[in-house]
Amino acid sequence: MSDLLAARSQMAVSLAFHIIFACIGIAMPVLMVIAERRWQRTREPVYLDLAKRWARGTAILFAVGAVSGTVLAFELGLLWPRFMELAGPVIGMPFSLEGFAFFTEAIFLGIYLYGWEKVSPRAHLLAGVLIAVSGAASGVFVVIANAWMNTPAGFTFANGTFTAIDPIAAMRTPAALPQTLHMTLAAYAATGLGVAGIHAFMLRKNPTSAFHRAALTIGLLVGAPAAILQPISGDIAARYVARRQPVKLAAMEALYETRAGAPITIGPGIRIPYGLSLLAFHDPDAVVQGLDAVPREEWPNVPLVHLSFDVMVALGTYLAVVGLWTGWLALRKRDIATRRRFLWAVALAAPCGFLAVEAGWMVTELGRQPWVIFGILKTADAVTPMPGLIVPFTVITVLYCALAVIVAKLLTRQIARSPQT
Amino acid sequence: MFSLAAALAGVILAALTAYVLLGGADFGAGIWTLLASGPRKAQQRDLIAHAIAPVWEANHVWLILAIVLLFTCFPRAFAAIAIGLHIPLTLMLIGIVLRGSAFVFQSYGGGGGRVFAAASLMTPVLLGTSVGAVASGAIGQWGRGQWVGVGFYAGYVAPWLTAFNLAVGLFTLACFAFLAAVYLTLEAKEAPLQDDFRLRAIAAGAAVVALAVLALVVFPAAPRVHRGIVGLVAAASLGAFWSLGRRRYKLARVAAAAQVTLIVWGWALAQYPYLVPRVLTIADAAAPDITLELALSAVVLGAVVLLPSLYYLMKVFKGRVLKAS
Repeated sequence: MSDLLAARSQMAVSLAFHIIFACIGIAMPVLMVIAERRWQRTREPVYLDLAKRWARGTAILFAVGAVSGTVLAFELGLLWPRFMELAGPVIGMPFSLEGFAFFTEAIFLGIYLYGWEKVSPRAHLLAGVLIAVSGAASGVFVVIANAWMNTPAGFTFANGTFTAIDPIAAMRTPAALPQTLHMTLAAYAATGLGVAGIHAFMLRKNPTSAFHRAALTIGLLVGAPAAILQPISGDIAARYVARRQPVKLAAMEALYETRAGAPITIGPGIRIPYGLSLLAFHDPDAVVQGLDAVPREEWPNVPLVHLSFDVMVALGTYLAVVGLWTGWLALRKRDIATRRRFLWAVALAAPCGFLAVEAGWMVTELGRQPWVIFGILKTADAVTPMPGLIVPFTVITVLYCALAVIVAKLLTRQIARSPQT
Repeated sequence: MFSLAAALAGVILAALTAYVLLGGADFGAGIWTLLASGPRKAQQRDLIAHAIAPVWEANHVWLILAIVLLFTCFPRAFAAIAIGLHIPLTLMLIGIVLRGSAFVFQSYGGGGGRVFAAASLMTPVLLGTSVGAVASGAIGQWGRGQWVGVGFYAGYVAPWLTAFNLAVGLFTLACFAFLAAVYLTLEAKEAPLQDDFRLRAIAAGAAVVALAVLALVVFPAAPRVHRGIVGLVAAASLGAFWSLGRRRYKLARVAAAAQVTLIVWGWALAQYPYLVPRVLTIADAAAPDITLELALSAVVLGAVVLLPSLYYLMKVFKGRVLKAS
């Protein structure tokens, strides 16, 4: 394994690990706040129990998210010093703002988790709201920095250095809006339906359990609308990619030749005529740039990007269908907790959102290769000169695998201990 | 006289100081978990777990803030540090991950107490070793921007694996343990438990002094800390010992925090105006003014949100401790 590949793999493992915890850190506070608010309004003990149990699970996940986030902040330099040396002054701003947002999140999480008896109910709920807001904000800031890597802006590039730096223009990079929208919705959809799925699974055996009913309802309340909106934000994102990073779009859709009226290829075999032109430009005859427009050495890994994209779209579509089904049942005021087929569908959705997040992240990261700053700096030129990078890659991978197993065990135990009535 | 870049370097120093005083003490508490002993072993561990649980994550963010501001405002210094200290920093990160996750696993019944304690021991040593390597000018070669033609040992191991740097690592460990023990005297409610940590504070304080004196003798070529600062550190140290002896714990906390703060500032002043000694000054490594201006506004804006929130956090969980005298 070359040092470059080891560095990329280490970054990939670190991000793939952290992104799960980050999504949960963004969305879980919203679920906790809804449960607590319902407790304060209805005084039904089941909601308080729910808020407290969710808070316990969130505490574990947030801690792992905080430390794995620290690893990433350092890894930016440990693995990609040339990138940070060049880009730090341009995109340091969103990272700094993220630092403060994350700080706020950590402070109020401490108050939320350990302050049930120490602060007034109103202050406690407000702490929950502040965690939710600062969690979403820190996610948005980090994704803005990533968006800049896709559509770099706010500088003039000459002789290998940046001049006329404008960090505000850099933050307003074209990809910022579609990417932050898509990622934030993904966090709510994956976490909301993830939670709903777990409780739907428990309800199959125990359809009268007030605890699991309450949990399912709140999970769906957050997850279903996000899942329904997600394809729209995906369409916005795809059209930005079509204009700003046509090579990435070509890889996503495995379009090798530039052509008008381009079809969509799903998997290796299925083709929908005019589909891609319609999707990317909302015009069946639009010309879509193929991979042939750039030299071969500037192609990303096409099969992998294409596969990841299809997996993301398939999973996202399934989640949107579950979301619409939820909406349909809610509109007709049906008792969702007794519909076995619906419960199965929701239970099946539990892992799908997180898998879609991973697949989507692979699309955007692998699709940008071989560039770390699109069109400006190649990933190969950004890597640290330190040799033997396979060692830290292996260590981090083993460490994260072990942590994943322990977290899964602890959460399974938490869930198994949840009340059955 | 005070440039924008120097102001931001000062902000980073302030964040690092806060990290040492707060996050460092959390690591120190982990060391006392490892060294818990005597008839009140279990109570000692309980006290520590309760003291750090609500605050350790917030305390930890000071480090993230320092790093983020460093790469935003002084990207060349960050790159040099990240390359030259790849190995100790990676090991430190592993320590940070293990410490944080083991602590939360332990709090939620997942075991991991020994990992928590061991990681609390290892992380400060690596942090101190890295600081020692920066202070002693060992990573200068990476600050010059020529990143090729350096052998593995000469480039990535030799700069930090020196007796001096490891001594700084041990010194850091002693300082963190000292801070933690002093703070824990105020956290403890019963007199015997208070006395346990009083004795530990005196022992750790003695270790800090011993290591400092030893370092002066063994490493005559080490970077010089300003005489005035050394005098102030000695005064704060005496104050800490005196107040621990008289069981005036609130005063002891002020003295201990002042002592460690002065040590951190003494290091900063010793290498001023260099960020990477003898190669990159604050001015050399600074990002363009617009970046610095925006970073400073972010800091001011952030402080407006952060400081009241932090005050509230400390008031909620450390209110009794803050008022105790």
